Amino acid sequence: MSSSSNPSTHHTSTIGSIGAPSRRNTELALLVFAVVIAVFAYANVGLAMNDSVPPGLLSYGLGLGLLAGVGHLVVRKFAPYADPLLLPLATLLNGIGLAVVWRLDQSQRLQQSPNFFEAAPRQLLNSALGVALFVVVLIFLKDHRVLQRYTYISMVAAVILLLLPLVPGLGVNVFGARIWIKIPGLGTIQPGEFAKIALAVFFAGYLMVKRDALALASRRFMGLYLPRGRDLGPIVVIWALSILILIFETDLGTSLLFFGMFVIMLYVATERTSWIVFGLLMSAAGAVGVASFESHVQQRVQAWLDPMREYTLSQEGVLGHTEQSMQALWAFGSGGTLGTGLGQGNSDLIGFAANSDFILATFGEELGLAGVMAILLMYGLIVERGVRTALAARDPFGKLLAVGLSGAFALQVFVVAGGVMGLIPLTGMTMPFLAYGGSSVIANWALIGILIRISDTARRPAPAPAPNPDAEMTQVVRP
Amino acid sequence: MSELTLTVMRLGFLAVLWLFVIVAVQVIRSDLFGTRVTQRGSRRDANRPQQAARQAAPPQQRQQAAPPSGGGRQRRGAPTKLVVSEGILTGTTVALQGQTITLGRAHDSTIVLDDDYASSRHARIYPDRDGQWIVEDLGSTNGTYLDRNRLTTPTPIPLGAPIRIGKTVIELRK
Repeated sequence: MSSSSNPSTHHTSTIGSIGAPSRRNTELALLVFAVVIAVFAYANVGLAMNDSVPPGLLSYGLGLGLLAGVGHLVVRKFAPYADPLLLPLATLLNGIGLAVVWRLDQSQRLQQSPNFFEAAPRQLLNSALGVALFVVVLIFLKDHRVLQRYTYISMVAAVILLLLPLVPGLGVNVFGARIWIKIPGLGTIQPGEFAKIALAVFFAGYLMVKRDALALASRRFMGLYLPRGRDLGPIVVIWALSILILIFETDLGTSLLFFGMFVIMLYVATERTSWIVFGLLMSAAGAVGVASFESHVQQRVQAWLDPMREYTLSQEGVLGHTEQSMQALWAFGSGGTLGTGLGQGNSDLIGFAANSDFILATFGEELGLAGVMAILLMYGLIVERGVRTALAARDPFGKLLAVGLSGAFALQVFVVAGGVMGLIPLTGMTMPFLAYGGSSVIANWALIGILIRISDTARRPAPAPAPNPDAEMTQVVRP
Repeated sequence: MSELTLTVMRLGFLAVLWLFVIVAVQVIRSDLFGTRVTQRGSRRDANRPQQAARQAAPPQQRQQAAPPSGGGRQRRGAPTKLVVSEGILTGTTVALQGQTITLGRAHDSTIVLDDDYASSRHARIYPDRDGQWIVEDLGSTNGTYLDRNRLTTPTPIPLGAPIRIGKTVIELRK
C-alpha cells in the first residue's frame, strides 16, 4: 500500500467505473417541459388576441404531447443510448413554431389576403408526418453504416431531387424562385430539403474513401496546402452544380447550403484550411458573377443593400419590389429587448410568407431580443449535439455524416436568420421546425432521426470482450 | 385581458424559454460521463496506516457502496486494486471488482491516459473465468509492455509486474 505509506508525496484518488447512463428519463422530463412551454405559448396567444383560452388548447396540447410521446417511446425502444437533448429541442421548436403559425392565422390583416388559409392544422399534420418519418428512420435504420452502401445512389437521388423543380409542368415558379414542385392532389413540395440529407450521405461516403488523396497530395504555398489539379475535380463539380442551381432556380439559399455543406465536410475530412479559403473564394466569385446578370438575384441584393428604397418603390406601386425586408427589420426593431408579447405585435404587416420565410421576424417582434437569442441558442444546441455525436462516433462515415447533417442544419439557420435580419440577401428557405412548410418539417425530423441513430451507436457502451479461444484449457480426450 | 396579466405572461414566457435552455445546458454538463473520481485526503490516510493494513479489504474498496462481486470466490493472493505508479496519474487506484478496465485516451476509458504515446483505445485489463487478471493490447500504435516485453497476445498479469503504456506505468497490487 504505497498510497498509505507515503501519503505526502502522492495524492490518492479512486476511480470507479460507472456504466454509460442511457438518460432516457432526462429526455422524458425535458420533453414534458417542452410540451408545457409550447402549450403556454398557445394559451398566451389566445389570451392576448381573443381574451380567452383558445378552444383548441386541449387538442393541441394532446396532439403535440402524443407526437412527443411516440417519438420518446420509439427512441427508448430502438435507440436507448441516444443523445437526450435532440428530441426535446426539436419538439420545443416545432411546438412554439406551431403556436406562432396559429397566431398568424388569427391575424385580421392576413385573413383579408386573397390566398389566406388556416396554416396551423396543416402544420400539425406536417409535424405528425415528420414524426412518422422520424419513427420510420429509427425502426428501419438499425445501423447508420448501412447508408454507406448507397453512396452513389444517394448522389443520383440528390441530383434528381435538385433538378425536379426545373422539369416543365412539374416545377412551379413561386415569386421568382424555382425550388418547388407541384404534385397534383398533394400540394407543393420543396425537394431541396430532402436533397440535403441525400447529399450529406453521398459526401460522407465519398470523402471517407477519398480523403487521404485530398489531404496528403498537396503542395505547400504561402502557408496554404494547395491541392493537386486533379484533386480539385470534385469541389469544382459541386461548385458548378450549385452555380447551376443559382442560375436556373435563382435561389441563393439552396446553392449556398449545398456548397457550404460540401466545404465543411471537406474541411473536416482533410483538416486542410486551404479548402475553406478555396470554398469562400469560389462561392463569392460565383455569387457575384451570377448576380451580375440574373435579375432575380439582383433584386434580392438590392433589397438587402437598401431595404428602405425597396419599401418606398413598392409603396409607390412599382412592380417587382417588395416591402417585406423592411417590414421584417421594423418588426425586429419594434420588438426591442423583451418584445411586445405573443399575439401583440404587428409582424403580420409583412404579409405574404409571414408564417414561413419571415417567421423569425414575428419572434423578433413578440419575444424580443431575449426570445430570439433563446431560440438561436436552441438551434445552436442541436448543432452542438450533432457535432458532439460526430466526435463520439467511432466510424469515419458516421463522423462525417453527423458533421454534414449538423453543418447543413446550421447553415440553413444562418441563411434564413441572416436573410430575415438583413445580414445577407434574403433567400427562399425556411427556418427548420419553426416555419410553416411541409417539406422542411418532414425532412428535418428525418435529419434528427439520423442524428439520434448515430448518437445511439456512438454512446452505446462497448460490448464485453469476446472470449479468447486460446485462453481455454486444452481438453484431453481419454480413450 | 388586463395589461398586467399580459406583461406577466410575456416575461414569464421568456423566463421559461431561458429556463429550458439552461436546463438543457445542465444536461450537457452532467452528460460528461466516463469515470467517477473520488479524491481522498492524504491526511486521513496518514492518520491510520495501521488500521488500513489490518483491514482485509483496502479502504478504496470499503468506500464502494456495493461489495466486490466476486469477493466470495476470490483466491488468496489475488490482486485487489490497480495502482498507477508512474506518469501523470501517479497515485490513482482502481478497485478490481471483476469489471473490465479500459485504458486509453478515449474519454470513456476507465483510466483516461493523457499521454502522447497512448492510443485512444490502448489496452484493457479483465479477469478470465478463474479470476486471473489478463492484459490485452487493443492494437495500439506504440504498444503495451509487461516488464520489458511488448504484448502481442492477452497475457496474465503477475502481481506487482509493471505494465507500461507510454510514460504511464500501472501494476496490480494486493
